[in-house]
Amino acid sequence: MSKVRVLVGTRKGAFILTADAARERWQVSGPHFAGWEMYHVKGSPVDPDRIYASQTSGWFGQVLQCSTDGGQTWFQPGASPDEKPAFPPTTASNRFVYDTSETNGKPLTTHQWYDGTQHPWEFKRVWHLEPSPKDANTVYAGVEDAALFRSTDGGVSWHELAGLRGHGTGPQWQPGAGGMCLHTIIIDPTNPERIYIAISAAGAFRTDDGGQNWKPINKGLVSNFMPNPTGEVGHCVHHIALHPSRPDVLFMQKHWDVMRSDNAGDQWTEVSGNLPTDFGFVIDVHAHEPETLYVVPIKSDSEHFPLDGQLKVYRSRSGGNEWEPLTKGLPQQNCYVNVLRDAMAVDRLDDCGIYFGTTGGQVYVSSNSGNSWRPIVENLPAVLSVEVQTIS
Amino acid sequence: MIRVQIPYHLRTLARVEGEVTLAVPAPVTVRSILDALEAHYPMLQGTIRDHVTRERRPFLRFFACGEDLSHDSPDAPLPDAIADGREPLLIIGAIAGG
Repeated sequence: MSKVRVLVGTRKGAFILTADAARERWQVSGPHFAGWEMYHVKGSPVDPDRIYASQTSGWFGQVLQCSTDGGQTWFQPGASPDEKPAFPPTTASNRFVYDTSETNGKPLTTHQWYDGTQHPWEFKRVWHLEPSPKDANTVYAGVEDAALFRSTDGGVSWHELAGLRGHGTGPQWQPGAGGMCLHTIIIDPTNPERIYIAISAAGAFRTDDGGQNWKPINKGLVSNFMPNPTGEVGHCVHHIALHPSRPDVLFMQKHWDVMRSDNAGDQWTEVSGNLPTDFGFVIDVHAHEPETLYVVPIKSDSEHFPLDGQLKVYRSRSGGNEWEPLTKGLPQQNCYVNVLRDAMAVDRLDDCGIYFGTTGGQVYVSSNSGNSWRPIVENLPAVLSVEVQTIS
Repeated sequence: MIRVQIPYHLRTLARVEGEVTLAVPAPVTVRSILDALEAHYPMLQGTIRDHVTRERRPFLRFFACGEDLSHDSPDAPLPDAIADGREPLLIIGAIAGG
């Protein structure tokens, strides 16, 4: 019998929520890594019990955790307490070092700072972990300051795909208010050589050769906060989603504007349509309906909470432009939470489940494609990320 | 044996309770203690000092015998009381709250 496992990263630990296909009775496990910021927790599509987690702290920096039993036990890759001590230590699971080698042709050491000067690239944390759809030992990490790393040994060691920073526009990238983070990684399920990534506030980028060469894919985006609102880079992309059956069709929640592309990001068009506000962070696609989208509109970039204190998910069944509010089971008064960019996910059950977490510590589920909602948990720390595994 | 007290979250990472005791060859310095600590507990690598620069992470401090040694050279010999185990080296996280 199928079940779902919801992986929740919060400001103060990770939680694992499990239920059978009915999604009515939930078991809650956690906090795992209590007291640490858990930016992202995600399982391998190849081996669902292999889960990677990004554990961070302002005091102690980055730690990478892994589980091979579905989140019951965890270890730092290469640093198991059962291993014989060695010096120098052999683990490098939290060693993210930017590649400035000449072999990449374009060693890149600085990006644009808030005051317009150039500033050194400085690693701060891993925002997003994307396990390979083909190999459980291969996983990608999107980090702040923005760069993409890959591990092919289960997270024991990491190497930058430096062609992204080095493709030419890197010195123009600059951080947004939340830092200069690479927060979205999407691997084309039909072609692992094609990878999409997104950076705040640089924009979206694509590789078609497994990460060696990259190009910006921001045509059609308009960002009025930029000196040139249609510039090649500089756009504050908040999140991108695609449906596995149509990997050339992308949907984007930008700082403002909901966008779609039908040609792998080569051109974007706005599909905000009748949304009451098109600012927001999350966007996702129904598991079985490639034209059914979900967003959570947020009032503005100055007021990160729902309009009028009413938490509403908006659904489009037409690939954008025409949106309907979904409110049943969601608070419709005095609600001033936010839903952060990696905090929405969908399961693959026949009745598609939609999940999202809030900065108020609620994780909501709809087991009927969004028609009605209910909280799985209501008082977690602020939710940073939500991922769902559908397990047969 | 050298005694080292590390913050709660690092004790959890290292899966230890209370003080850590280490055999550290002379001369006993902050660097030699951290080398030994990371050798025995590789999961702590990168959490106290930067992987590349080996600099102390900004929100951590090193105290010993009532003195703040955070800005001393990591190669400066530590007091005899640390070297002979009468006193622990304290690795302290900055206080924050609200």
